[in-house]
Amino acid sequence: MRKTLGLAVLAAVLACGAANAQQINVKIGVLSDMSSLYADIGGPGSVAAAKLAIADFTKDHPNVKVDLISGDHQNKPDIGSQIANQWFDVDKVDMIIDVPNSGVALAVSQIANNKNKVFIVSGAAASDLTGPKCNANTVHWTYDTWMLANGTGNAMVKTGGDTWFFLTADYAFGHALERDTAAAVEKAGGKVLGKVRHPLNTNDFSSFLLQAQSSKAKVVGLANAGGDTINSIKQAAEFGIVKGGQKMAGLLVFASDVNALGLNTAQGLTLTETWYWDANDTNRAWTKRWHEAGAAASKFPTMIHAGVYAGILHYLKARLEMGGDPDGKAVVAKMKATPTDDPLFGKGTIDAAGRKRHDAFLFEVKKPAESKHPGDFYNLKATIPAKDAFRDPKDSGCPLVNS
Amino acid sequence: MFEIFGIPSQALFGQLLIGLINGSFYALLSLGLAVIFGMLNIINFSHGAQYMMGAFAAYLILQYAGLGYWPALIIAPILVGITGIIIERAFLQWLYKLDHLYGLLLTFGLALILEGVARNYFGSAGLPYTVPESLQGGRNLGFMFLPNYRAWVIAASLTVCIGTWFVIERTRLGAYLRAATENPTLVRAFGINVPRMITLTYGFGVALAAFAGVMAAPIYNVSPQMGSELIIVVFAVVVIGGMGSILGAIVTGFGLGVVEGLTKVFFPEASNTVIFVIMAIVLLVRPAGLFGRRG
Repeated sequence: MRKTLGLAVLAAVLACGAANAQQINVKIGVLSDMSSLYADIGGPGSVAAAKLAIADFTKDHPNVKVDLISGDHQNKPDIGSQIANQWFDVDKVDMIIDVPNSGVALAVSQIANNKNKVFIVSGAAASDLTGPKCNANTVHWTYDTWMLANGTGNAMVKTGGDTWFFLTADYAFGHALERDTAAAVEKAGGKVLGKVRHPLNTNDFSSFLLQAQSSKAKVVGLANAGGDTINSIKQAAEFGIVKGGQKMAGLLVFASDVNALGLNTAQGLTLTETWYWDANDTNRAWTKRWHEAGAAASKFPTMIHAGVYAGILHYLKARLEMGGDPDGKAVVAKMKATPTDDPLFGKGTIDAAGRKRHDAFLFEVKKPAESKHPGDFYNLKATIPAKDAFRDPKDSGCPLVNS
Repeated sequence: MFEIFGIPSQALFGQLLIGLINGSFYALLSLGLAVIFGMLNIINFSHGAQYMMGAFAAYLILQYAGLGYWPALIIAPILVGITGIIIERAFLQWLYKLDHLYGLLLTFGLALILEGVARNYFGSAGLPYTVPESLQGGRNLGFMFLPNYRAWVIAASLTVCIGTWFVIERTRLGAYLRAATENPTLVRAFGINVPRMITLTYGFGVALAAFAGVMAAPIYNVSPQMGSELIIVVFAVVVIGGMGSILGAIVTGFGLGVVEGLTKVFFPEASNTVIFVIMAIVLLVRPAGLFGRRG
């Protein structure tokens, strides 16, 4: 009896295999910060975005079967590396996406390269990922420190903020953001008067703010993110930095941070993003679906969530066209060769260094009176076209570009 | 104007004052911990979560009851203190006879649950809370700009700390409390309800944490992880001061705030490790802490 049953199952399996010769199996892992300071800019919201992308793609292409898993790297490169290794080796994951925290992302990028898999960065910012540390297995999707530096940095210098003091988070991301912004400021004719490096997850910035205040710099540049940025801005208001004539430049501020600050404190802040949920009807409709896919109703999607969605769509498109089970380098080469087109970022390209290029937007946070509904955060000040928004691959120092 | 190690003296005075302000948060939190440990022998690992609850309670009171900072400063500690009393009655009272480790594990687990629940409902980015209108702005002291709110923090924290110390060390009620920790059976024989006293003490310790949370809400990011970021430092403060020593908790709280403040000027990268370096040195030289008694 058992033997017959076994044979029947075997036959059924073989039959299915024959019927779906075109079947493509893909496994995607969302590696993010699920429980700490970056959990709202990526985290569970990224998983919801990934589910949407998979649902949208498999609806039109039922022969593509996508498995989705997710993990929490806890902002520790060692834990992130361990999960990435296990996913690639044991769980047979083809592609890892998201990874906020540049320290973890740089480690995962290396692992994806060694094992010849695919890594799409949406959450991390360090431009090194497509600079000296680039590789043929990594695509950097949503934004990076060069783009933030040139967007916000240039805009501030142009409006007279030509002397800068940096508050920098003391790890890979902060250093990259400070370096890129300093370069942008100096190129535009400004000067950096000083900087102070604070540990990640600092509670009190008053010492650092006093140092910034006594530097007499016109702009205090915040080369940090998440809770650190929120604390810096909140306390800068308290210490009268802005009232004293200095300007705050939040180099990396997300919609979720503005939400946490409240418009009262955040108003007037200049920032650069590549995607804003309330920019048009397409984005608003997507946000509605994002909430339905499991993201908390009180939250608003960030550009990182949009990047996870768009990145997965483009990856699946490449896999569908190639068929079978190609290696990571081949898939990334295909992704670079194919122009990108998705509902959230529109048309774009991926350059030789692995940098996804699309427009960036310079926003200013609205005054409380201007905000019509919850999440109505920004006024659009300028659109920076894709070719200027991101670094020219020739200047990236990425070995892939010249070969 | 003179300079000290290349830093203008004015900036240095400013940093000393800032250190003192941060120290007042350490002092408030470590005071609650010291009271709970001294009286209950429980290492209250959920203290950080209860501090977070205080800040969240302030936000919710504003959001749903429309009451601002000042009412919240009274109501939030009472509400959170009541949850503390429930926790003590439901869980902690069974653990006094067991090893410290059990209390530590229980409260650590509670902290994880409380944080997880807060994250689930409010997300991790944080909630807005502004400085009350009456304390906005600040004054120029000549060597630094002192926001009014910070001046209030230092005054309120000092008052609460000294008040608590006075009650426990100098009043009859405090004497009962201390006696009850030494020998509960004997104190009960005098007709004093020791279990109720212990329960109220835990409630008070928790309320202190919530009070610090409300004080922190206008200036720090109100997020579920705000407590866990701070609590490790506060534990170091308690260890340096001597476990269970109330005066030790207060003095080292303010002192370490100053040390940390100075580190932020001379070597900012080390500002979140300096306290642990001091802890290691103190444990080597005086294992019972600076103000602890060898037990």
